Amino acid sequence: MSEIINVQNLVKKYDNNFTAVKNLNLKIRQGEIIALLGPNGAGKTTLISTICGLSSITSGLIKVNGLDVIKDYRKTRELIGLVPQELALEPFEKVINSVKFSRKLFGKKDDNEYIEKLLTKLQLYDKKNNIIKSLSGGMKRRVMIAKALSHNPQILFLDEPTAGVDVELRKDMWSIIKELKNEGVTIILTTHYIEEAEMIADRIGIINHGELLLIEEKKELIKRMSVKTLKVKLKKTLDIIPTKLKKYNLKLIDEGKSFLYYYNTGKERTGITSLLSDMNKIGINLFDIQTEETSLEEIFVKIIKE
Amino acid sequence: MNIRGIHAIYRYEMNRSFRTLIQSLVSPVLSTILYFIVFGAAIGSRMDNISNVSYGAFIVPGLIMLTVQMQSVNNASFGIYFPKFIGTTYELLSAPLSFVEIVIGYVGAATTKAFSIGLIILCTSYLFVDLDIKYPFFMLCFLLITCMTFSLLGFIIGIVSDNFEQLNIVPMLIITPLVFLGGSFYTIDMLPPFWQNFALLNPIVYLISGFRWSFFGVGDVPIFTSIIFMLIFTSICISIIWYIFKTGYKIKN
Repeated sequence: MSEIINVQNLVKKYDNNFTAVKNLNLKIRQGEIIALLGPNGAGKTTLISTICGLSSITSGLIKVNGLDVIKDYRKTRELIGLVPQELALEPFEKVINSVKFSRKLFGKKDDNEYIEKLLTKLQLYDKKNNIIKSLSGGMKRRVMIAKALSHNPQILFLDEPTAGVDVELRKDMWSIIKELKNEGVTIILTTHYIEEAEMIADRIGIINHGELLLIEEKKELIKRMSVKTLKVKLKKTLDIIPTKLKKYNLKLIDEGKSFLYYYNTGKERTGITSLLSDMNKIGINLFDIQTEETSLEEIFVKIIKE
Repeated sequence: MNIRGIHAIYRYEMNRSFRTLIQSLVSPVLSTILYFIVFGAAIGSRMDNISNVSYGAFIVPGLIMLTVQMQSVNNASFGIYFPKFIGTTYELLSAPLSFVEIVIGYVGAATTKAFSIGLIILCTSYLFVDLDIKYPFFMLCFLLITCMTFSLLGFIIGIVSDNFEQLNIVPMLIITPLVFLGGSFYTIDMLPPFWQNFALLNPIVYLISGFRWSFFGVGDVPIFTSIIFMLIFTSICISIIWYIFKTGYKIKN
């Protein structure tokens, strides 16, 4: 996949001297879904704002499709659609007029067929003549997406698209995002919901204190960082871990009725076979075995804490 | 140039006025008619002619100026402040629009509205007074430039305002008194000598004088002074807007 966004040494400093983005480098490939995770105030929205033209850049370079977002702002902005975090809509306007207005701001000719298709896809067609004020929060969120897609962008920024929406609508949003990806749209989303990133993203970026801590394929990240836990229930209670088993860093629990063994699935050997073999050698019999996997959320918390 | 983008902003703003037709059009026209009735017909009938012009006709340029200046400022300031207030400026900033195009859209719409109201008031005035316009083309140009300049001023006010109170402070506390004291209902030479000189510090005097000159061929100050003043005022407004967009002051983070 070719690279569609290239952020080089980006620094964003506000007038009060707060540095929201610190020397950040990021490459986004065409057609992928990338989820940017980070706690509040991490710099996710500022990063998006600088790429889209809402915030000025203190230093660094941002290229979209090989073009500088400052020098070639017209060409780069034509490629981008933005759905901001807040529901910002003209309350007294009709849905269809609002979407058409957005399209024209991008210099595009009226295209009723495209707009109607878009509204249908976002389940807004029946509401097209409704005043925005009369819509529910979820519907307003869809209008925001329709406006962002009105000019047929190649890149879509979604800043916390499912914040405050119910589970059903969140799942609808995910299917819309996946559909857009299938149409070739590159999607960059920020989210607090790790589950969201786990469900739809191809790559995950973690931002904190204005720095990009990591960016990696989701599957690779989970594989690399994931720690599995093996819980072994014993037939007989143990007071201490036997010397022969100390090398496994076992943790006794349930008053000695069970112990935990941590292993990494990303490594060549998990050590389970030798643990069970050593247990057998010293006559410790197991009663039951359970395994648990670290979620992306736990990985995220671990990285942020580090 | 993003002509469609400019047109979208312009049409959007014009549609907003049509949605609030009473507030946008009927209200200023009605207020001016009341001025005509009170000052033109009731009080004016007992007043002497000024520079060989009946008092009713004399106040027409001043009343038009009074209304279009207020309307230009109010329309343009609200036009840009409202998107700021509801957060929709992100659309303008993320669209392929230059600051000149954004200004043309908003200021163009505010100018059109104020200019239309000015013309409606002018037509209405014929119902109340006999009026001959000496330099009609100049009058239309002067009216148009006044509307544009005050719309630019309104745009600046809309951008720098952080709340609705601030949005109203400049029009209410500065522009309204200056317009009323700028010779809308009298000539400067009707004032005592000290106040005559004092009145010349009021920038609105030059605009009303210039506009009145286009109607009757006479004004408080020479017409060239009025034109030069108007150009300076327009240039200052354009320079401030250019600075705002260049630095992103109160627009970009």
